[in-house]
Amino acid sequence: MSGFPILTAIVAVPLAGAILLAFVPRDRPQLVRYMALGIALLTFGLSLALLAGFDPAEAAAQGFVRKEVAEWIPAFGIQYKLGVDGISLVLVVLTTLLTWISILASFKPITERVKEYMISFLILEVGMLGVFMALDLFLFYVFWEIVLVPMYLIIGIWGGPNRIYATIKFVLYTLVGSLLMLVAILATAFAYQAATGSWTGAFDYEQLRGFGFDTTLQVLAFLAFFLAFAIKVPMWPFHTWLPDAHVEAPTAGSVILAGVLLKLGGYGFIRFALPLFPAAAQAYAPAIIVLSLIAIVYGAIVSIVQPDLKKLVAYSSVSHMGFVTLGIFVFQPQAMDGAILQMVNHGLITGALFLCVGVIYERTHDRTIAKMGGLAARTPVYAAIFGFFMLASVGMPGLAGFVGEFLVFLGTFAVSPIAAAVATTVMVLGAVYLLWMFQRVAFGPVSDFLKGVGQHLTDVTPMELVTLTPLVALTVLFGLFPGLILGLIQAPVDSIIEAITGAHPVALLPWR
Amino acid sequence: MPMELLVTLVLALPIAGFGLTALVGRRLGTRAWIVAVPAIVVTWAIAMVVVWTALSGGFGTDGLHFTLYQWVPAGDFTIEANFAVDNLTAVLLIVVTTVGMLVHVYSIGYMAHDPGRWRFFAYLNLFMFSMLLLVLAGNFMLLFAAWELVGLCSYLLIGFWYPRPSAAIAAKKAFLANRVGDVGFALGIFAVWTTVGTLNFTDAFERLSEGLAGGQIEAWAITGIALLLFCGAVGKSAQFPLHVWLPDAMEGPTPVSALIHAATMVNAGVYFVARANPLFSLSPEAMFVVAAIGIFTAILAASIALTQNDIKRVLAYSTLSQLGYMFASLGVGAYVAAIFHMTAQGFTKGLLFLGSGSVIHGVHEEQDMNRMGGLWRRMPITHATMLVGSLSMAGIPPLAAFFSKDEILGEAFKNGFLWVWLVGIVVAALTAFYMFRLMGKTFYGPSHVDPAVEPHVRESPRSMTVPLILLAIPAALLGLVLGLPFGAGLIGQWLEPIFEEAQLNLGLHHEPVQILGVDGVLILVSVAVATAGLAVAIRLFGFHWPLRGDDTEAQPERVAALTARAPRLYRASFRKWWFDELNDLLFVRLGGRVAHFIWWFDRAIVDGTVNGIGDVVQGAGRDLRRIQTGRVQNYALGIAIALIVMAGGFLIVTAR
Repeated sequence: MSGFPILTAIVAVPLAGAILLAFVPRDRPQLVRYMALGIALLTFGLSLALLAGFDPAEAAAQGFVRKEVAEWIPAFGIQYKLGVDGISLVLVVLTTLLTWISILASFKPITERVKEYMISFLILEVGMLGVFMALDLFLFYVFWEIVLVPMYLIIGIWGGPNRIYATIKFVLYTLVGSLLMLVAILATAFAYQAATGSWTGAFDYEQLRGFGFDTTLQVLAFLAFFLAFAIKVPMWPFHTWLPDAHVEAPTAGSVILAGVLLKLGGYGFIRFALPLFPAAAQAYAPAIIVLSLIAIVYGAIVSIVQPDLKKLVAYSSVSHMGFVTLGIFVFQPQAMDGAILQMVNHGLITGALFLCVGVIYERTHDRTIAKMGGLAARTPVYAAIFGFFMLASVGMPGLAGFVGEFLVFLGTFAVSPIAAAVATTVMVLGAVYLLWMFQRVAFGPVSDFLKGVGQHLTDVTPMELVTLTPLVALTVLFGLFPGLILGLIQAPVDSIIEAITGAHPVALLPWR
Repeated sequence: MPMELLVTLVLALPIAGFGLTALVGRRLGTRAWIVAVPAIVVTWAIAMVVVWTALSGGFGTDGLHFTLYQWVPAGDFTIEANFAVDNLTAVLLIVVTTVGMLVHVYSIGYMAHDPGRWRFFAYLNLFMFSMLLLVLAGNFMLLFAAWELVGLCSYLLIGFWYPRPSAAIAAKKAFLANRVGDVGFALGIFAVWTTVGTLNFTDAFERLSEGLAGGQIEAWAITGIALLLFCGAVGKSAQFPLHVWLPDAMEGPTPVSALIHAATMVNAGVYFVARANPLFSLSPEAMFVVAAIGIFTAILAASIALTQNDIKRVLAYSTLSQLGYMFASLGVGAYVAAIFHMTAQGFTKGLLFLGSGSVIHGVHEEQDMNRMGGLWRRMPITHATMLVGSLSMAGIPPLAAFFSKDEILGEAFKNGFLWVWLVGIVVAALTAFYMFRLMGKTFYGPSHVDPAVEPHVRESPRSMTVPLILLAIPAALLGLVLGLPFGAGLIGQWLEPIFEEAQLNLGLHHEPVQILGVDGVLILVSVAVATAGLAVAIRLFGFHWPLRGDDTEAQPERVAALTARAPRLYRASFRKWWFDELNDLLFVRLGGRVAHFIWWFDRAIVDGTVNGIGDVVQGAGRDLRRIQTGRVQNYALGIAIALIVMAGGFLIVTAR
């Protein structure tokens, strides 16, 4: 099995599937749907096979496993190079899981241009998976930008009334960040070439990682990478595209946006920004920690007063992703473990919350919290599942969210008790907005608006259950056995922390 | 090995009961209890074996320790799912499983007509699991997890009748108040780990005290850790200023009030401070705070209980007050007395709540005592058992709470906390008064029951009265069994080894009790004030005493005259010292304004800036439209030039 290029297969299957779908007649939407689902499931299966064959000890020794290298643009040393370690692996599996769930969740709501929609989704998957597996900076950039296009289409074509504004904002905003990142990638390659006299390895992550760029380049390149990733995460104050995009995106688009796209930013920090520019990362860490704390508290407070369910979940993402950046930038092993756990858990839980919002939206064509009420009495199974994920998002022990948050807090406390004290206020604020939301939506008497919906307000359908049940199961599983993930990410986290703490921080603005 | 298995079963059975009932309970209809109740009965039996082994010394002085699996293996931070059973755990197991089992049985009858009963039994099982996990947990993180889980169950059960908005709001309030305390608790846990690098109870306490002795850890750090952890206890055990949630928690079904909000969960804070006695006893400052918060809550809550008219709310404030006693006791170093009182209070208050539920059931879901009265003839078993509970609560010998309360007050006096003793004595008088005000308004005095309901009032079914009788036995006899002889009772023999180190840290010596000396006087004083409080209450709210020529008809006027004499105090008590109004102002109104302002800031300033930049660029774009030739080559050239310029700029800056 070791000879089989499984990483390429994981990227190639959805790509080939998208091409294949292009040849299916437009008037066979049902066939398109099932084919897309089949392709996504096949990709999921492949990623599980990758997971099954993954040996943490082997990965710890080699850094990356299942590496596949091919020349691409030899003149500049640009390669097609894929490889995974534990961190990329968990995110790959998260992506393939959420993709098939999203495709299945789109079966009913998406009735127009089904073929284009499914093709977009599969291309989107290609981009996301590529980002998590690329070990060549140029290749990474290509995948990074591939992600933008289908998401642009998904929001812009299948989105809500204000979709054009939202999607242009989304694309322009993220593009600004990523173009600067491209410049930084080129600059590091130039610097590498200048130092070694050869283009060989100038874009190779493993070569660049231990290279030790001089401080000015580190600072500038770090800032460029930071901007790209900070917009993607999104960190405060670069977050305002997110609520707009979420509100306008179709349900499945929101699931992928929250579940995977935001993780691209967190992954970028861990994989690229820190190990490539450790000295700069250290220098800027205090400022980034402050931004993260603002995001955590600010996002939670703004969530409290959101009138729209989707906006509430979107702002809660700003708060929850604040934990991720906080956990990353305190440079402490437990905190970084927690940050990665939080990425996976947030993907599962917030993805599920968006699915839940989608369920009610599909029946009522409304997401206004004030119009809801009494769903626990009308649709008990739905309310139970929604309540389950609401509690998981609050950080209930035994469910996935708890351990990640706890580890981030713990690691942060070891570095800065004050920062931890600020961050833990979200234990209360998070409970405030989530419990209050759930009280207004699910408890109390059935609202007049919902009574008006009448027969359409049915409990969850079997198909919806199929999309939600795996997420319920995993949320419990990772709550009880977080070691399943921690065991995979331990070694890479340690080596990244080592790279950081071994470096000496640089002055913040060396060009002055 | 078999003991480890038994302890695991104690946890596994309730959670399995929860899972099964949650999955298939709906289809069980009226027999929704068929899984949940037997699961807890078996759990009780197994727990008794464990308790017996522990208390007869089967686990040695350190207790039984074992690990189930590695829960969070995160590098040098590794948290196991490990459990510990020592004598303190054993005493808790007795209370939790016994009251838990009786409440389960009682609920079969109480919830028989509620369509959501399967949910009820599922939640109750989940609660039993969480509470047992809490007392069995061997490390801080596992305890914290259980701590949050019992809070969750409390949330679910307070909000059990969720179509009622007041229930949904009370549930949320309870959860949030607990969370406020838990922030401190969590920070305390992080501080423990940062300071000593472990979260296992035994190791952590050992290293903390060694560190303090060796000078590696400063005294203020110990105090800080203890106070942070204490925040959690304040929330869970509803002490001032987080006490506001417990009275509202009475929105839940009455069996829940008995089990969670009187006998078990609210004791978690007391249990935790007792468990962490090696830590708290290192810091006299922390001990002082514990004692002060405790005794202040005791008198605050007692003062409110005097005037409330909802039967369950009186009991809720009474619970607050008794919990305050326990913390006061912990704060003065009387650990055994605190746990003793917790046990006595647990059984007694469990009994009183179930009794009140029986009354509420009897008068058709009426909770206002102004619409009760004269029920003792109609509900003889409920009356008799509640009388036992009230006498015990009031501190009348030889009932359970007399022994424990007396031990608390005595130790406070002898350990030099005269102020705690003084306030405590006042609280004892108030306790006797409000308990017999409750008894008078409910069972004696003239009937104010709705005439339409009056003819239908009758004693509750056997599934409800039998648990009452079974709970009345410990409420009556527990003190005699565990508390005699004074100062050397069984409870002391069980628990003193656990608190040995704390006693040493505090420099307290165990002196023999002088029944003919100071101790005897103290007992007489507390019994005297209790009797006085009881007598006044009976005279104002209770029987018609023909021999004295008293007239029950004149009672309301007498009460009115009394309240008129101190109208402000009466209003303060009746309005619960305006804590709810204060919280509403601070958190709901002011907090809401802040949140709305930040949201406005987000849209107008943060997003406004982003869109503003966009507009500027767009404006510039209009002017630059001329260079849009539509030829791809031109664009490519433009992009290439831009990239080269930017990369070149980078290099120039770098090379400088």
